[in-house]
Amino acid sequence: MQIYLPIAEVSVNAFLLLGLGGIVGILSGMFGVGGGFLLTPMLFFIGIPPAVAVATEANQIVASSFSGVLAHFRRKTVDIKMGLVLQAGGLMGAGIGLLIFNYLKSIGQVDLLVKLSYVAFLGIVGGLMFVESVNAIRKARKANGAPPPKRRRRTWVHALPFKMRFRTSGLYISVIPPLLVGLSVGVLAAIMGVGGGFIMVPAMIYILGMPTKVVVGTSLFQIILVTAFTTMLHATTNYTVDIMLALLLLVGGVVGAQIGTRIGVKMKAEQLRVLLAMMVLGVCLKLAFDLLLQPTEIFTLATIAGGE
Amino acid sequence: MRRWVLPLLFLLPTFALAAEEVVLGLSRDKVAITTSFDGSDILIFGAVKRESPIKEEPLQVVITVAGPSQPVVVRRKAKWNGIIWVNTDSVTVDAAPSFYAVATSGPMSEVLSETENQRYRISIDHAIRSVGAPMDIEDAQAFTEAVIRIRKSEGLYQTLEGKVAFDEQTLFRTEIDMPANLTEGEYITRIFLTRGGTIVSSYETSIDVRKVGLERFLFSLSREKPMVYGLMALAIAIAAGWGASTVFRLLRHG
Repeated sequence: MQIYLPIAEVSVNAFLLLGLGGIVGILSGMFGVGGGFLLTPMLFFIGIPPAVAVATEANQIVASSFSGVLAHFRRKTVDIKMGLVLQAGGLMGAGIGLLIFNYLKSIGQVDLLVKLSYVAFLGIVGGLMFVESVNAIRKARKANGAPPPKRRRRTWVHALPFKMRFRTSGLYISVIPPLLVGLSVGVLAAIMGVGGGFIMVPAMIYILGMPTKVVVGTSLFQIILVTAFTTMLHATTNYTVDIMLALLLLVGGVVGAQIGTRIGVKMKAEQLRVLLAMMVLGVCLKLAFDLLLQPTEIFTLATIAGGE
Repeated sequence: MRRWVLPLLFLLPTFALAAEEVVLGLSRDKVAITTSFDGSDILIFGAVKRESPIKEEPLQVVITVAGPSQPVVVRRKAKWNGIIWVNTDSVTVDAAPSFYAVATSGPMSEVLSETENQRYRISIDHAIRSVGAPMDIEDAQAFTEAVIRIRKSEGLYQTLEGKVAFDEQTLFRTEIDMPANLTEGEYITRIFLTRGGTIVSSYETSIDVRKVGLERFLFSLSREKPMVYGLMALAIAIAAGWGASTVFRLLRHG
C-alpha cells in the first residue's frame, strides 16, 4: 500500500515504514537507545529527504521511548533524579553542539564531520563494549553460571565534591560526572542528529557505574526530553517534521518497543551488551566503507528550498 | 496605399503561424495529490486545425511538460589525501525544473533544429539554466549533466523521442507518466508544431498539481502554525507510546 507523505513529498510503502519502525522500536526497548543512528540511514535509503528524515525521526523516537519508559517505570528501573541531572547537562551540551554544527555548516563540511564522528564514536564505543561483555560472559561461564560478585571500583569519579544520593541506582557520587556525561552526549547528539542513547548507555555503565537494569530506563527517560525538544525545534524552524511519516514509524515503533522491553528483561545483561556492541560495530563498518569506497554516483543534489 | 504595405508584411508571418493551429485536450488539467497518490498518467491529445490543404513536408509535434523550477546545489565528491571520499566542489544550478518531460513525434534531431531548441529551451539540457558556476570549476557542464543523469534515473526527467503518435498529420496523442515524488505547482505544458525543424505553431497550457484533503491540511498547518503542528506531532507520539504500553499491559494481565 503506497502512501504519499505531505512534507517529504514522496510516495512510499506504508508497510515498509511500519516494519522499519517496528525493528527500531524493538532495539529501543531492548537497549535503551533511541535507534536514530540506525533509522536515519534507512530512511535515506528509501528516498526520504535527509532533512525530513532527521526531524521526523526525532518525533518517532519520542513515541517509542515513551512507550518503552512506561514499562520501565512500572518495573521501577528509572532513576528519575539521575535522568534530570543528565538532562541538565544535556541541554547545555545541545546548545554548544548546535553552535558547532552551524559553524561546520558555514564551512560546508558538516556531512563529512558527522560521518567521521559517527565512525569514531561507534567504533570506540562498540569495540570497548564488545570486548568487555565477551570477557564478562566468558568469566560467567567459567564460574559455572554464577554471576561474579560486583566490585565497586573507586576511581576519580568518587573523589569529586557535590555528592548526591541516587537511590534507584544505589549510587552516592558527585553530580559533576553525570553533568559532564550529559553535556558531552548533548554536544554529540546535536552534531550527529540523534538522541545519543548509544553513547549515553555505555557512559552510564562504565563512567558512572550505574547498574545495567537501571541504565536502559533512565536513558529512555532522558532521550524523550531531548527528542521532544528537537522535534519542536525542527517543526518551527525548518518545517521538516512529517506527521504522516512519523505516525507510520511510531505505530510500528511503540509496538516494537513493548516487545523489545520484554525481550530485554529476559536476557542477561552481558548478552544484551554483546548484541548492542555488534550492532554498533556493524553500523560503524558500513559508514566507514561508505567513506573509503568510491561511490557509484560522485555527484549529489540538494534543492535549496527544501533545505539540506 | 504604400503606408498599408508595411504593417501587412509584418502580419504575414503571423498568418503563416495561424494557418495550422493546435486544438488541445488533456485527460486532466488537475493532478490531486491525495494520501494514496502514487504517480499519475496524463494523456495529452489534440488536433491540428488548418484552413489550407496539408503541405508536402510533414508536420511534427513536440510536447513538453515542466514542473516548477528550483535552484539546485550539486556537490561532487573526490578522494581526499587518497583515503576517504569527501565533497570537494559544488555548483549551484540556478533553475532546474523539478519535473521535465519532452515527447516528440520523431527523432529529436529531425523534428527540431538546434536554433529553435535553444530559443524555446525544449530539450532537457536547454531547460536547465546554469549561469553562475564558480571560476575555479572548469567542467561546470559535468554538474549540469549530473542533475540530468540523477533525475532521469528517478523518472523525473524523461526524453520520449518518437512517443507522440501523430495520425494523418492531424491527430496527435502522447502519454506522460508522472512519478509519485512530485512537487506541487503549475506544470507548464507546451505543444510545438514543427516543419523541417522550424516551429510553425505553439500552444501553452498548464496542469495544476496540488495536494488535497488531509495532505493539504497537514502541509498548510506545518507552514502556517508550526508551533501547533509541532505540539500535535508530540501529542500523537506521546499518545501512541502510552496507548501501546497500556494495550500490552492489558493483554498480558487479561
